[in-house]
Amino acid sequence: MTTQHVKVTVNGEVREADVEPRLLLVHLLRENFGLTGTHVGCDTSNCGACTVHVNGMSAKSCTMLAVQADGAEVKTIEGMANGAALHPLQQGFWDQHGLQCGFCTPGMIMQSAWLLEQNPDPSEDEIRLGISGNLCRCTGYVNIVKAIQQAAGELRAADAAPVASVTAS
Amino acid sequence: MIPAAFDYVRPADIGEALRILKEREGEAKVLSGGYSLLPLLKLRLAQPALLVDIQALGGLDGISRTDDDMRIGARATHRRILEDDGLAAVLPIMRDAAGGIGDPQIRNWGTIGGSVAHADPAADWPAVLQALHASIVLRSAGGERVVPARGFFIDTFQTGIEATEILTEIRIPLPAPRSGGSYQKLERRAGDFSTVGAAVQMTLGGDGRIAQLGIGLTAVGDAPFAATHAEDALRGAKPGDEMFREAAAAASRQSRPADDSHGPAEYKRAMVTEMTFRALRAAFGRALA
Repeated sequence: MTTQHVKVTVNGEVREADVEPRLLLVHLLRENFGLTGTHVGCDTSNCGACTVHVNGMSAKSCTMLAVQADGAEVKTIEGMANGAALHPLQQGFWDQHGLQCGFCTPGMIMQSAWLLEQNPDPSEDEIRLGISGNLCRCTGYVNIVKAIQQAAGELRAADAAPVASVTAS
Repeated sequence: MIPAAFDYVRPADIGEALRILKEREGEAKVLSGGYSLLPLLKLRLAQPALLVDIQALGGLDGISRTDDDMRIGARATHRRILEDDGLAAVLPIMRDAAGGIGDPQIRNWGTIGGSVAHADPAADWPAVLQALHASIVLRSAGGERVVPARGFFIDTFQTGIEATEILTEIRIPLPAPRSGGSYQKLERRAGDFSTVGAAVQMTLGGDGRIAQLGIGLTAVGDAPFAATHAEDALRGAKPGDEMFREAAAAASRQSRPADDSHGPAEYKRAMVTEMTFRALRAAFGRALA
Protein backbone atom coordinates (compact mmCIF):
# COMPACT_ATOMS: atom_id res chain seq x y z
CA MET A 1 0.00 0.00 0.00
CA THR A 2 1.54 3.26 -1.14
CA THR A 3 0.85 6.30 0.96
CA GLN A 4 1.39 9.94 0.24
CA HIS A 5 2.13 12.74 2.63
CA VAL A 6 -0.48 15.50 2.80
CA LYS A 7 -0.23 18.82 4.57
CA VAL A 8 -3.46 20.73 5.00
CA THR A 9 -4.15 23.89 6.96
CA VAL A 10 -7.37 23.11 8.82
CA ASN A 11 -9.04 25.97 10.65
CA GLY A 12 -5.74 27.84 10.68
CA GLU A 13 -3.69 24.95 12.02
CA VAL A 14 -1.25 22.98 9.85
CA ARG A 15 -2.11 19.27 9.98
CA GLU A 16 -0.23 16.46 8.29
CA ALA A 17 -0.87 12.79 7.56
CA ASP A 18 0.33 9.89 5.45
CA VAL A 19 -2.65 8.66 3.50
CA GLU A 20 -3.63 6.35 0.71
CA PRO A 21 -4.46 8.40 -2.39
CA ARG A 22 -7.97 6.95 -2.36
CA LEU A 23 -8.75 8.44 1.07
CA LEU A 24 -11.58 10.97 0.84
CA LEU A 25 -11.13 14.43 2.35
CA VAL A 26 -14.06 13.85 4.70
CA HIS A 27 -12.34 10.79 6.13
CA LEU A 28 -9.06 12.65 6.51
CA LEU A 29 -10.89 15.26 8.56
CA ARG A 30 -12.92 12.86 10.65
CA GLU A 31 -10.63 9.90 11.13
CA ASN A 32 -7.10 11.24 10.81
CA PHE A 33 -7.70 14.65 12.36
CA GLY A 34 -10.57 13.76 14.71
CA LEU A 35 -12.77 16.57 13.40
CA THR A 36 -16.08 14.73 13.45
CA GLY A 37 -18.24 17.83 13.09
CA THR A 38 -18.19 17.28 9.33
CA HIS A 39 -20.73 14.56 8.63
CA VAL A 40 -20.99 11.84 6.01
CA GLY A 41 -24.59 11.75 4.90
CA CYS A 42 -25.32 10.23 1.51
CA ASP A 43 -21.70 9.69 0.38
CA THR A 44 -22.88 10.42 -3.19
CA SER A 45 -22.42 14.25 -3.54
CA ASN A 46 -26.14 14.84 -3.06
CA CYS A 47 -26.85 15.80 0.54
CA GLY A 48 -24.17 18.36 1.44
CA ALA A 49 -23.74 17.21 5.07
CA CYS A 50 -19.98 16.96 4.38
CA THR A 51 -19.67 20.56 3.11
CA VAL A 52 -16.44 22.32 4.09
CA HIS A 53 -14.47 25.20 2.57
CA VAL A 54 -11.38 24.41 0.52
CA ASN A 55 -9.33 27.47 -0.40
CA GLY A 56 -12.37 29.59 0.40
CA MET A 57 -14.81 27.66 -1.78
CA SER A 58 -17.51 25.39 -0.46
CA ALA A 59 -16.96 21.77 -1.40
CA LYS A 60 -18.49 18.39 -0.72
CA SER A 61 -15.67 16.66 1.12
CA CYS A 62 -17.03 13.20 0.25
CA THR A 63 -16.32 14.03 -3.40
CA MET A 64 -12.75 15.24 -2.99
CA LEU A 65 -9.65 13.20 -2.28
CA ALA A 66 -7.45 14.09 0.66
CA VAL A 67 -4.51 14.29 -1.78
CA GLN A 68 -6.41 16.83 -3.90
CA ALA A 69 -6.55 19.07 -0.81
CA ASP A 70 -2.79 18.72 -0.17
CA GLY A 71 -1.49 22.25 0.31
CA ALA A 72 -4.95 23.74 0.66
CA GLU A 73 -6.65 25.74 3.41
CA VAL A 74 -9.67 23.92 4.76
CA LYS A 75 -12.31 25.32 7.06
CA THR A 76 -14.76 23.10 8.90
CA ILE A 77 -17.59 23.66 11.35
CA GLU A 78 -15.06 23.42 14.19
CA GLY A 79 -13.46 26.62 12.89
CA MET A 80 -16.63 28.72 13.04
CA ALA A 81 -17.04 29.60 16.73
CA ASN A 82 -14.66 32.06 18.36
CA GLY A 83 -13.93 30.35 21.65
CA ALA A 84 -17.22 30.18 23.52
CA ALA A 85 -18.83 32.77 21.24
CA LEU A 86 -20.90 31.12 18.53
CA HIS A 87 -20.60 32.32 14.95
CA PRO A 88 -23.68 34.38 13.98
CA LEU A 89 -24.81 31.47 11.78
CA GLN A 90 -24.55 29.02 14.67
CA GLN A 91 -26.45 31.47 16.88
CA GLY A 92 -29.01 31.96 14.13
CA PHE A 93 -29.66 28.22 13.82
CA TRP A 94 -30.01 28.08 17.63
CA ASP A 95 -32.33 31.09 17.93
CA GLN A 96 -34.53 30.26 14.94
CA HIS A 97 -34.70 26.53 15.66
CA GLY A 98 -33.00 25.86 12.30
CA LEU A 99 -32.47 22.21 13.11
CA GLN A 100 -34.25 19.22 14.51
CA CYS A 101 -32.01 16.15 14.34
CA GLY A 102 -29.00 18.33 13.50
CA PHE A 103 -27.32 15.95 11.10
CA CYS A 104 -27.35 18.36 8.16
CA THR A 105 -26.47 21.39 10.30
CA PRO A 106 -22.65 21.48 9.96
CA GLY A 107 -22.88 21.31 6.18
CA MET A 108 -25.81 23.72 6.13
CA ILE A 109 -23.82 26.26 8.16
CA MET A 110 -20.66 25.90 6.07
CA GLN A 111 -22.62 26.34 2.84
CA SER A 112 -24.50 29.33 4.31
CA ALA A 113 -21.21 30.88 5.39
CA TRP A 114 -19.89 30.60 1.84
CA LEU A 115 -23.16 31.98 0.47
CA LEU A 116 -22.99 35.02 2.77
CA GLU A 117 -19.38 35.65 1.75
CA GLN A 118 -20.53 35.78 -1.89
CA ASN A 119 -23.72 37.67 -1.20
CA PRO A 120 -24.04 39.38 2.21
CA ASP A 121 -27.66 40.40 1.62
CA PRO A 122 -29.40 37.50 -0.14
CA SER A 123 -33.12 37.38 -0.85
CA GLU A 124 -35.10 34.40 0.37
CA ASP A 125 -34.91 32.91 -3.14
CA GLU A 126 -31.16 33.41 -3.26
CA ILE A 127 -30.79 31.69 0.10
CA ARG A 128 -32.88 28.75 -1.05
CA LEU A 129 -30.84 28.44 -4.26
CA GLY A 130 -27.64 28.85 -2.28
CA ILE A 131 -28.44 25.87 -0.06
CA SER A 132 -29.96 23.76 -2.85
CA GLY A 133 -27.05 21.33 -2.51
CA ASN A 134 -27.82 20.70 1.16
CA LEU A 135 -30.66 18.44 2.16
CA CYS A 136 -32.58 18.67 5.43
CA ARG A 137 -35.13 15.93 6.00
CA CYS A 138 -36.58 17.41 9.25
CA THR A 139 -37.31 21.11 9.13
CA GLY A 140 -38.81 21.86 5.74
CA TYR A 141 -36.14 24.59 5.45
CA VAL A 142 -38.35 27.45 6.73
CA ASN A 143 -36.42 27.91 9.96
CA ILE A 144 -33.11 27.32 8.22
CA VAL A 145 -33.87 30.23 5.90
CA LYS A 146 -34.81 32.37 8.93
CA ALA A 147 -31.57 31.39 10.66
CA ILE A 148 -29.51 32.45 7.65
CA GLN A 149 -31.45 35.71 7.37
CA GLN A 150 -30.79 36.47 11.03
CA ALA A 151 -27.08 35.76 10.62
CA ALA A 152 -26.90 37.82 7.41
CA GLY A 153 -28.37 40.80 9.27
CA GLU A 154 -25.93 40.42 12.14
CA LEU A 155 -22.91 40.01 9.90
CA ARG A 156 -23.91 43.10 7.90
CA ALA A 157 -24.39 45.09 11.11
CA ALA A 158 -20.98 43.92 12.37
CA ASP A 159 -19.39 44.95 9.09
CA ALA A 160 -21.05 48.35 9.22
CA ALA A 161 -20.30 49.00 12.90
CA PRO A 162 -16.64 50.10 12.70
CA VAL A 163 -17.47 52.40 9.78
CA ALA A 164 -20.37 53.89 11.73
CA SER A 165 -18.19 54.54 14.78
CA VAL A 166 -15.58 56.25 12.64
CA THR A 167 -18.26 58.43 11.06
CA ALA A 168 -19.64 59.27 14.50
CA SER A 169 -16.32 60.32 15.99
CA MET B 1 -17.91 4.00 -0.43
CA ILE B 2 -14.15 3.69 -0.92
CA PRO B 3 -12.53 3.66 -4.36
CA ALA B 4 -10.19 0.86 -5.39
CA ALA B 5 -6.55 1.75 -4.76
CA PHE B 6 -4.73 3.99 -7.24
CA ASP B 7 -1.64 6.17 -7.41
CA TYR B 8 -1.93 9.92 -7.61
CA VAL B 9 0.27 12.54 -9.24
CA ARG B 10 -0.15 16.28 -9.56
CA PRO B 11 2.09 17.42 -12.43
CA ALA B 12 3.19 21.05 -12.43
CA ASP B 13 2.77 21.67 -16.14
CA ILE B 14 0.98 20.22 -19.12
CA GLY B 15 4.15 18.82 -20.68
CA GLU B 16 4.79 16.70 -17.62
CA ALA B 17 1.13 15.63 -17.49
CA LEU B 18 1.24 14.53 -21.14
CA ARG B 19 4.50 12.64 -20.59
CA ILE B 20 2.93 10.73 -17.71
CA LEU B 21 -0.15 9.90 -19.78
CA LYS B 22 2.10 8.54 -22.52
CA GLU B 23 4.25 6.51 -20.14
CA ARG B 24 1.21 5.02 -18.44
CA GLU B 25 -0.96 4.80 -21.56
CA GLY B 26 -4.31 3.24 -20.82
CA GLU B 27 -3.72 2.98 -17.05
CA ALA B 28 -4.22 6.61 -16.12
CA LYS B 29 -7.26 8.86 -15.80
CA VAL B 30 -7.16 12.66 -15.81
CA LEU B 31 -8.67 14.25 -12.70
CA SER B 32 -10.06 17.78 -13.01
CA GLY B 33 -12.71 18.93 -10.48
CA GLY B 34 -13.51 15.34 -9.60
CA TYR B 35 -17.28 15.67 -9.36
CA SER B 36 -17.82 13.29 -12.26
CA LEU B 37 -14.87 10.96 -11.75
CA LEU B 38 -14.98 10.45 -7.99
CA PRO B 39 -18.53 9.09 -7.92
CA LEU B 40 -17.48 6.55 -10.59
CA LEU B 41 -14.37 5.61 -8.60
CA LYS B 42 -16.41 5.22 -5.42
CA LEU B 43 -18.84 2.93 -7.21
CA ARG B 44 -15.78 1.13 -8.65
CA LEU B 45 -17.21 1.55 -12.13
CA ALA B 46 -13.80 3.02 -12.93
CA GLN B 47 -10.59 1.53 -11.49
CA PRO B 48 -7.64 3.37 -13.03
CA ALA B 49 -4.16 2.58 -11.72
CA LEU B 50 -3.20 6.25 -11.71
CA LEU B 51 -4.94 9.61 -11.37
CA VAL B 52 -3.28 12.59 -13.02
CA ASP B 53 -4.62 15.65 -11.21
CA ILE B 54 -4.45 18.69 -13.51
CA GLN B 55 -5.31 21.29 -10.85
CA ALA B 56 -1.80 22.74 -10.90
CA LEU B 57 -1.63 23.26 -14.68
CA GLY B 58 -1.91 26.97 -15.32
CA GLY B 59 -3.81 28.73 -18.06
CA LEU B 60 -6.55 26.20 -18.57
CA ASP B 61 -9.44 27.94 -16.83
CA GLY B 62 -9.91 31.18 -18.74
CA ILE B 63 -12.80 32.42 -20.88
CA SER B 64 -11.78 34.60 -23.81
CA ARG B 65 -13.04 35.91 -27.13
CA THR B 66 -11.26 35.94 -30.46
CA ASP B 67 -12.51 37.37 -33.77
CA ASP B 68 -14.09 34.00 -34.57
CA ASP B 69 -14.98 32.22 -31.38
CA MET B 70 -15.42 32.10 -27.64
CA ARG B 71 -12.74 29.97 -25.98
CA ILE B 72 -13.40 28.29 -22.68
CA GLY B 73 -10.55 26.59 -20.86
CA ALA B 74 -11.21 23.01 -19.92
CA ARG B 75 -10.73 23.77 -16.23
CA ALA B 76 -13.27 26.62 -16.21
CA THR B 77 -15.76 25.68 -13.52
CA HIS B 78 -19.50 25.63 -14.13
CA ARG B 79 -19.63 28.56 -11.70
CA ARG B 80 -17.13 30.63 -13.68
CA ILE B 81 -19.17 30.01 -16.84
CA LEU B 82 -22.41 30.85 -15.01
CA GLU B 83 -21.01 34.14 -13.73
CA ASP B 84 -19.26 35.32 -16.92
CA ASP B 85 -21.34 38.26 -18.17
CA GLY B 86 -19.39 38.59 -21.42
CA LEU B 87 -20.10 34.98 -22.33
CA ALA B 88 -23.76 35.22 -21.33
CA ALA B 89 -24.20 38.33 -23.50
CA VAL B 90 -23.00 36.47 -26.59
CA LEU B 91 -24.22 32.97 -25.77
CA PRO B 92 -27.00 33.05 -23.16
CA ILE B 93 -27.47 29.30 -23.61
CA MET B 94 -24.20 28.80 -21.71
CA ARG B 95 -25.62 30.53 -18.63
CA ASP B 96 -28.86 28.52 -18.96
CA ALA B 97 -26.92 25.28 -18.89
CA ALA B 98 -24.33 26.20 -16.25
CA GLY B 99 -26.98 27.36 -13.80
CA GLY B 100 -28.80 24.05 -14.00
CA ILE B 101 -25.80 21.85 -13.29
CA GLY B 102 -25.70 20.22 -9.88
CA ASP B 103 -25.70 22.63 -6.96
CA PRO B 104 -23.45 25.48 -5.77
CA GLN B 105 -20.76 23.20 -4.33
CA ILE B 106 -20.62 21.13 -7.51
CA ARG B 107 -20.49 24.28 -9.66
CA ASN B 108 -17.59 25.55 -7.51
CA TRP B 109 -15.41 22.58 -8.47
CA GLY B 110 -16.86 20.77 -11.47
CA THR B 111 -15.33 21.83 -14.79
CA ILE B 112 -16.65 21.92 -18.34
CA GLY B 113 -13.70 19.89 -19.60
CA GLY B 114 -14.22 17.25 -16.96
CA SER B 115 -17.89 16.97 -17.79
CA VAL B 116 -17.25 16.77 -21.54
CA ALA B 117 -14.47 14.19 -21.19
CA HIS B 118 -16.56 12.11 -18.80
CA ALA B 119 -19.51 12.04 -21.26
CA ASP B 120 -22.34 11.02 -19.00
CA PRO B 121 -25.35 10.79 -21.34
CA ALA B 122 -27.34 12.84 -18.81
CA ALA B 123 -24.74 15.63 -18.48
CA ASP B 124 -25.78 18.96 -19.97
CA TRP B 125 -22.71 20.35 -21.76
CA PRO B 126 -22.45 17.73 -24.54
CA ALA B 127 -25.88 18.55 -26.00
CA VAL B 128 -25.26 22.28 -25.68
CA LEU B 129 -21.90 22.07 -27.44
CA GLN B 130 -23.44 20.07 -30.28
CA ALA B 131 -26.22 22.63 -30.69
CA LEU B 132 -23.54 25.33 -30.86
CA HIS B 133 -21.38 23.43 -33.39
CA ALA B 134 -18.51 23.82 -30.92
CA SER B 135 -15.06 22.27 -31.23
CA ILE B 136 -13.00 20.46 -28.67
CA VAL B 137 -9.26 20.95 -28.41
CA LEU B 138 -7.21 17.88 -27.47
CA ARG B 139 -3.51 18.03 -26.70
CA SER B 140 -1.00 15.20 -26.62
CA ALA B 141 2.78 15.04 -26.48
CA GLY B 142 2.66 14.95 -30.30
CA GLY B 143 0.67 18.15 -30.70
CA GLU B 144 -2.86 19.43 -30.76
CA ARG B 145 -5.99 18.52 -32.68
CA VAL B 146 -9.33 20.26 -32.87
CA VAL B 147 -12.37 18.04 -33.32
CA PRO B 148 -16.05 18.91 -33.74
CA ALA B 149 -18.32 18.28 -30.76
CA ARG B 150 -20.61 16.45 -33.19
CA GLY B 151 -19.19 12.97 -33.45
CA PHE B 152 -17.08 13.35 -30.31
CA PHE B 153 -19.58 11.63 -28.01
CA ILE B 154 -19.46 8.02 -29.08
CA ASP B 155 -21.33 6.16 -26.37
CA THR B 156 -22.04 6.23 -22.64
CA PHE B 157 -18.83 7.47 -20.97
CA GLN B 158 -17.03 7.14 -24.33
CA THR B 159 -15.56 9.95 -26.39
CA GLY B 160 -12.99 10.49 -29.10
CA ILE B 161 -10.26 11.34 -26.58
CA GLU B 162 -7.19 9.13 -26.81
CA ALA B 163 -5.62 7.85 -23.59
CA THR B 164 -2.58 10.07 -24.20
CA GLU B 165 -4.58 13.28 -24.68
CA ILE B 166 -5.84 16.01 -22.39
CA LEU B 167 -8.89 18.06 -23.28
CA THR B 168 -7.65 21.64 -23.00
CA GLU B 169 -10.26 23.94 -24.50
CA ILE B 170 -13.76 24.34 -25.89
CA ARG B 171 -14.22 26.66 -28.89
CA ILE B 172 -17.63 28.01 -29.78
CA PRO B 173 -18.11 29.96 -33.02
CA LEU B 174 -19.35 33.51 -32.42
CA PRO B 175 -23.01 33.65 -33.41
CA ALA B 176 -24.06 35.89 -36.30
CA PRO B 177 -26.42 38.82 -35.63
CA ARG B 178 -30.06 37.78 -35.06
CA SER B 179 -29.04 34.65 -33.19
CA GLY B 180 -30.45 33.19 -30.02
CA GLY B 181 -30.13 30.05 -27.99
CA SER B 182 -31.72 28.33 -25.06
CA TYR B 183 -31.22 25.23 -22.93
CA GLN B 184 -34.31 23.71 -21.35
CA LYS B 185 -33.72 21.07 -18.71
CA LEU B 186 -36.30 18.85 -17.08
CA GLU B 187 -35.16 17.51 -13.74
CA ARG B 188 -36.99 15.66 -11.00
CA ARG B 189 -35.37 17.59 -8.17
CA ALA B 190 -33.13 20.63 -7.81
CA GLY B 191 -29.58 19.69 -8.75
CA ASP B 192 -30.47 16.41 -10.40
CA PHE B 193 -29.16 15.11 -13.68
CA SER B 194 -31.45 15.82 -16.63
CA THR B 195 -34.45 13.61 -17.23
CA VAL B 196 -34.49 15.31 -20.63
CA GLY B 197 -32.57 18.36 -21.83
CA ALA B 198 -32.96 20.27 -25.10
CA ALA B 199 -30.40 22.75 -26.42
CA VAL B 200 -31.21 25.03 -29.36
CA GLN B 201 -29.09 27.66 -31.10
CA MET B 202 -30.75 29.51 -33.98
CA THR B 203 -29.78 32.24 -36.44
CA LEU B 204 -32.38 34.13 -38.47
CA GLY B 205 -31.67 35.29 -42.01
CA GLY B 206 -32.53 38.70 -43.45
CA ASP B 207 -35.77 37.21 -44.79
CA GLY B 208 -36.81 36.18 -41.27
CA ARG B 209 -36.36 32.49 -42.03
CA ILE B 210 -34.15 30.15 -40.04
CA ALA B 211 -30.69 30.37 -41.61
CA GLN B 212 -28.70 28.25 -39.18
CA LEU B 213 -29.79 25.89 -36.48
CA GLY B 214 -28.40 23.45 -33.96
CA ILE B 215 -30.39 21.18 -31.67
CA GLY B 216 -28.78 18.92 -29.07
CA LEU B 217 -30.54 16.48 -26.77
CA THR B 218 -29.49 15.29 -23.32
CA ALA B 219 -30.25 11.97 -21.61
CA VAL B 220 -32.35 10.37 -24.34
CA GLY B 221 -29.77 8.18 -26.05
CA ASP B 222 -26.60 6.20 -25.29
CA ALA B 223 -24.80 9.47 -25.88
CA PRO B 224 -26.03 13.05 -26.18
CA PHE B 225 -26.71 13.71 -29.85
CA ALA B 226 -27.73 16.34 -32.40
CA ALA B 227 -31.39 16.11 -33.42
CA THR B 228 -30.58 16.27 -37.12
CA HIS B 229 -34.07 15.36 -38.34
CA ALA B 230 -35.56 18.31 -36.50
CA GLU B 231 -32.77 20.55 -37.77
CA ASP B 232 -33.48 19.48 -41.37
CA ALA B 233 -37.19 20.18 -40.89
CA LEU B 234 -36.51 23.71 -39.70
CA ARG B 235 -33.58 24.91 -41.83
CA GLY B 236 -34.89 27.54 -44.22
CA ALA B 237 -38.34 27.47 -42.62
CA LYS B 238 -40.33 30.39 -41.37
CA PRO B 239 -40.19 30.21 -37.58
CA GLY B 240 -43.45 29.78 -35.68
CA ASP B 241 -45.18 27.54 -33.18
CA GLU B 242 -46.56 25.13 -35.76
CA MET B 243 -43.14 24.52 -37.32
CA PHE B 244 -41.59 24.26 -33.84
CA ARG B 245 -44.15 21.62 -32.82
CA GLU B 246 -43.42 19.55 -35.93
CA ALA B 247 -39.68 19.78 -35.45
CA ALA B 248 -39.96 18.92 -31.76
CA ALA B 249 -41.94 15.82 -32.69
CA ALA B 250 -39.19 14.88 -35.17
CA ALA B 251 -36.62 15.29 -32.36
CA SER B 252 -38.69 13.01 -30.18
CA ARG B 253 -38.86 10.36 -32.92
CA GLN B 254 -35.08 10.47 -33.26
CA SER B 255 -34.53 10.03 -29.51
CA ARG B 256 -33.86 6.64 -27.90
CA PRO B 257 -34.60 7.07 -24.21
CA ALA B 258 -34.41 4.18 -21.74
CA ASP B 259 -36.78 3.26 -18.93
CA ASP B 260 -35.11 4.18 -15.65
CA SER B 261 -35.69 5.84 -12.28
CA HIS B 262 -36.30 9.16 -14.05
CA GLY B 263 -39.31 7.72 -15.86
CA PRO B 264 -40.47 5.39 -18.60
CA ALA B 265 -39.22 5.86 -22.17
CA GLU B 266 -42.67 6.87 -23.42
CA TYR B 267 -42.83 9.71 -20.90
CA LYS B 268 -39.35 10.86 -21.85
CA ARG B 269 -40.24 10.90 -25.54
CA ALA B 270 -43.20 13.14 -24.74
CA MET B 271 -40.88 15.36 -22.72
CA VAL B 272 -38.40 15.59 -25.62
CA THR B 273 -41.22 17.08 -27.70
CA GLU B 274 -42.11 19.55 -24.98
CA MET B 275 -38.59 20.61 -23.97
CA THR B 276 -37.46 20.94 -27.60
CA PHE B 277 -40.53 23.06 -28.35
CA ARG B 278 -39.78 25.30 -25.38
CA ALA B 279 -36.12 25.62 -26.34
CA LEU B 280 -37.02 26.50 -29.95
CA ARG B 281 -39.46 29.15 -28.79
CA ALA B 282 -37.05 30.63 -26.26
CA ALA B 283 -34.17 30.65 -28.77
CA PHE B 284 -36.38 32.35 -31.36
CA GLY B 285 -37.42 34.95 -28.78
CA ARG B 286 -33.78 35.72 -28.04
CA ALA B 287 -32.89 35.84 -31.74
CA LEU B 288 -35.53 38.56 -32.19
CA ALA B 289 -34.45 40.53 -29.12
